[in-house]
Amino acid sequence: MAVLVIADRDGDTVRDTTHKTVTAALALSGDVDVLVLGDGAKAAADAAAKIKGVRKVLTAESPALGHQLAEAVAATVVPLAAGYDAVLSPATTDGKNFMPRIAAALDVAPISDIVEVVSADTFVRPIYAGNALETIQSSDGKKVITVRPTAFNAAEEGGSAAVEAVKVVDAGRSASFVSEEMVKSDRPELGAAKIVVSGGRALGSAEEFHAVMDPLADKLGAAVGASRAAVDAGYAPNDYQVGQTGKVVAPGLYIAIGISGAIQHLAGMKDSKIIVAINKDPDAPIFQVADFGIVADYKVAIPELMTALG
Amino acid sequence: MKVLVPVKRVIDYNVKARVKSDQTGVDLANVKMSMNPFDEIAVEEAVRLRDGKEHHAAGTATEIVVVSIGVTQAQETIRTALAMGADRGILIQSDADLEPLAVARLLKAVVDEEKPDLVLLGKQSIDGDNNAVGQMLAALLDWPQATFAGKIVIADGKATVTREVDGGLQTLAAPLPAVVTVDLRLNTPRYASLPNIMKAKKKEIAIKAVADYGVDTAPRLKVLKVTEPAKRSAGIIVADAAELVSKLKTAGVL
Repeated sequence: MAVLVIADRDGDTVRDTTHKTVTAALALSGDVDVLVLGDGAKAAADAAAKIKGVRKVLTAESPALGHQLAEAVAATVVPLAAGYDAVLSPATTDGKNFMPRIAAALDVAPISDIVEVVSADTFVRPIYAGNALETIQSSDGKKVITVRPTAFNAAEEGGSAAVEAVKVVDAGRSASFVSEEMVKSDRPELGAAKIVVSGGRALGSAEEFHAVMDPLADKLGAAVGASRAAVDAGYAPNDYQVGQTGKVVAPGLYIAIGISGAIQHLAGMKDSKIIVAINKDPDAPIFQVADFGIVADYKVAIPELMTALG
Repeated sequence: MKVLVPVKRVIDYNVKARVKSDQTGVDLANVKMSMNPFDEIAVEEAVRLRDGKEHHAAGTATEIVVVSIGVTQAQETIRTALAMGADRGILIQSDADLEPLAVARLLKAVVDEEKPDLVLLGKQSIDGDNNAVGQMLAALLDWPQATFAGKIVIADGKATVTREVDGGLQTLAAPLPAVVTVDLRLNTPRYASLPNIMKAKKKEIAIKAVADYGVDTAPRLKVLKVTEPAKRSAGIIVADAAELVSKLKTAGVL
């Protein structure tokens, strides 16, 4: 049994989500290959080759694959999948976009967002916004799976896999890339940060959100998140959103500031190791999942916290 | 342009799902059911494409057909879409909880009959959370896809879609016909007015059976059990920031 992992490429390297997906893949099989897509893949492929446990790294180089558009990715991966018993990708927006397309083309039922590998055909995944976990067994000969990265530890470095190129297959009628607007930040990425500070609607305005959250995040080396209420109110950009409909995070430390703790939000952060809640309402549901709480207005608590952090 | 909007009847998003004690699934008996919220956004966008609103010129869409696959009561979900402004409905009756692959196959059969220029649907249903049907339908039709739409512009035979992706926004141009799945911030769906609810009662809903489409809907996945996630217990309230920092240092996270 061999497994193909589609890497989450970041220019000349691969994101941590790739390492985590390799861990899930190694629970299925000892023969794990990693596929790196897009032009100029050599450096990223070399990075993937260093992941411990990887047998081989494949590169599929073409401008069409650069933006990981679903039609192009599926056209190249579907024939390649013939040599594998399972194809895995992290459950990023890219993975969620192209994996079901690959699955349908292979006549396979996709398995989305797994949080545990029970055996080679049995997996655990959250349903109903994380309010339930289902254990499902697949009868398909081939498995097409997206992996929730926060549920797996990153595979270590220390491998030295060979790198080889594979054939790129042209897609038929496809959507084409027009433009992108990526948020630039010196802070760690929300999904990968060890500390996340999140703000809610209590912050009251976009100016206040940044005035409170940014210095705290910089002091802690943390990523900044937000509740859906804060995003909907326009205080924070939509890619800050933590929750079932936004990003799912599981950092070592999660600090929720002025967030009441709607089910929707809890689904996106409840697997964090330590949760801290700062809210002036002692009855806010967030306190029911928090390890440490401060019942206080953020306007008082945050300056104090900044001082206490030194 | 004809628009097909698949909609699903699911647990209301304000209701907390409870796992059955025998671990066979989530208890849906006597639970409020509603249209999947993402699908509601798709219906709203289709109506705006027909009637004109914001950047959409009136008449961009000429007909809106809503299709649902599910139990008899899914007619109510279709009725809701008709009250929002959709023109007619199709219910493919099924008591089985069909998997995304089976749903995509049935929808492909509907597309083959109806020949829409655009299939507009929610990015995922809030019960199964698979986020798969739109992409799978696009694959089976061999059509372009644009998922997680936060903005849609229809012009010159293509859908220009701004997608909500990790790290920001990405804009794609998909030549029609295409499949577009919608995300939460695309629009805010309307509440149907009483006159429109009355009018919707006269709109046509064709009732079909899964067998009418002659596609294989056999399950590929077997649910072995459904369990509740581990509960977190409430911790302690600390007096001030200084105590918090000391606790966090002890816990090794600072």
